[in-house]
Amino acid sequence: MGTLVLAEGFVPPGAGDFNLPPIFGAVTKPMLLVVMSVVIIAAFFVITSRNMKVVPGKTQFVAESIYSFTRNTIAREHIGSKDFQRFVPLIFTLFTFVFVNNIYGIIPIIQFPTMSHIGFPLALSILVVYPVYHYVGMRRHGVGGYLKNQLFPAGVPGPIYILLTPIEFFSKFVMNPITLAIRVFAAMFAGHLIILVFTLAGEWLLVEASAALKPVAAVSFAFAIAMTFLEALIMTIQAYVFALLAASYIGMALAEDH
Amino acid sequence: MLTTQIVLAAEEPSPVLPHTSEVILGLVAFGVLLFVLWKFAVPRFEKLYEERASQIEGGIEKAEKAQAEAQQALEQYNQQLAEARTEAAKIRDDARLESEQIREEIRAEAQAEAARIVAQGESQLQAQKAQIIAELRSEMGRQSVELAGRIVGESLEDEERRNRTVERFLAELDSAGAGK
Repeated sequence: MGTLVLAEGFVPPGAGDFNLPPIFGAVTKPMLLVVMSVVIIAAFFVITSRNMKVVPGKTQFVAESIYSFTRNTIAREHIGSKDFQRFVPLIFTLFTFVFVNNIYGIIPIIQFPTMSHIGFPLALSILVVYPVYHYVGMRRHGVGGYLKNQLFPAGVPGPIYILLTPIEFFSKFVMNPITLAIRVFAAMFAGHLIILVFTLAGEWLLVEASAALKPVAAVSFAFAIAMTFLEALIMTIQAYVFALLAASYIGMALAEDH
Repeated sequence: MLTTQIVLAAEEPSPVLPHTSEVILGLVAFGVLLFVLWKFAVPRFEKLYEERASQIEGGIEKAEKAQAEAQQALEQYNQQLAEARTEAAKIRDDARLESEQIREEIRAEAQAEAARIVAQGESQLQAQKAQIIAELRSEMGRQSVELAGRIVGESLEDEERRNRTVERFLAELDSAGAGK
């Protein structure tokens, strides 16, 4: 009966709140946001990089910082200075794409992290990162060599392989792409849900609760704001982690042995 | 109310099940973005990096060249300085030698001059002495004769005698002088 009372009083937000009604036709808000993100990122980098100076201006400096962060900090560090060059566009796009789609969550009016719909991160991890790192690994070492590299790491005493090989197989061929997607999805989903809870609870307390409870709404809103700041951090970190793991998977696939 | 809640809960799709449309859209959107950035943004950034690197390298090269030049100039300067020093030392030595020589010459000359002056003076003195002696001798002879004439009352008019007397007197005087 307790749940019933709660349900009658305050309805907490749930997974259902992430299924927004279509705006027109079958197009939903996240779909629109994804398309917008492509336009925003592409426009920003194409325009800022159009007329670049050796000594950068303000906008160029921002664009360059983002680019050199993905290029040097993520790609070069984790793929290795020998091979990283041709993966820079991929890592760069992954980072900016995930970042913009995450940061949507705290932009007023938009306020919806696209990556909280698992379809988008899954598309990136299973259909982009996963095939890429297995493909480049097989190209580099041949199918047999690559499988041997990945499933039978060198320097392990014989019998351990009975245990190690299935684990390696499971983690590299099954779990990696799924965890990669779930990591960012879950962080965005949970983060957005927390902000929703605090905001809706604050609203409910302010509008419908008894007079004694109304001041508590301020606490709720304060938490919503605090969580928004925390989310900004998490959104950035998740975008970084996504690009970083993609780079490190590629790096591991290319490495002679690890 | 209860039933509607339950129905709503049952209708909620699981958030971990992806929508096919979103997977496809995500992939396409990402593909488009990747293409645009790969084609238009990344090459420009890379070009800029290259330019910057080449400028820096050029700067380093220039700096190295300037440094080499400075080094060379310094060496040259040092060399010149050393040359100048040895030359100065040589000049100083020469000057010292020359001054020594000049001093020697001057001294010799001065000594010679002094000797000459002394000799001249001496000879002059000798001459004067001889002259004075001669004068005195004749004067004294004359006066002594005169005196003697007055004393003895006889005029020693006789030239011969007079001369003899004077000679004798003088010889006595001489011997007395020598005996002294």
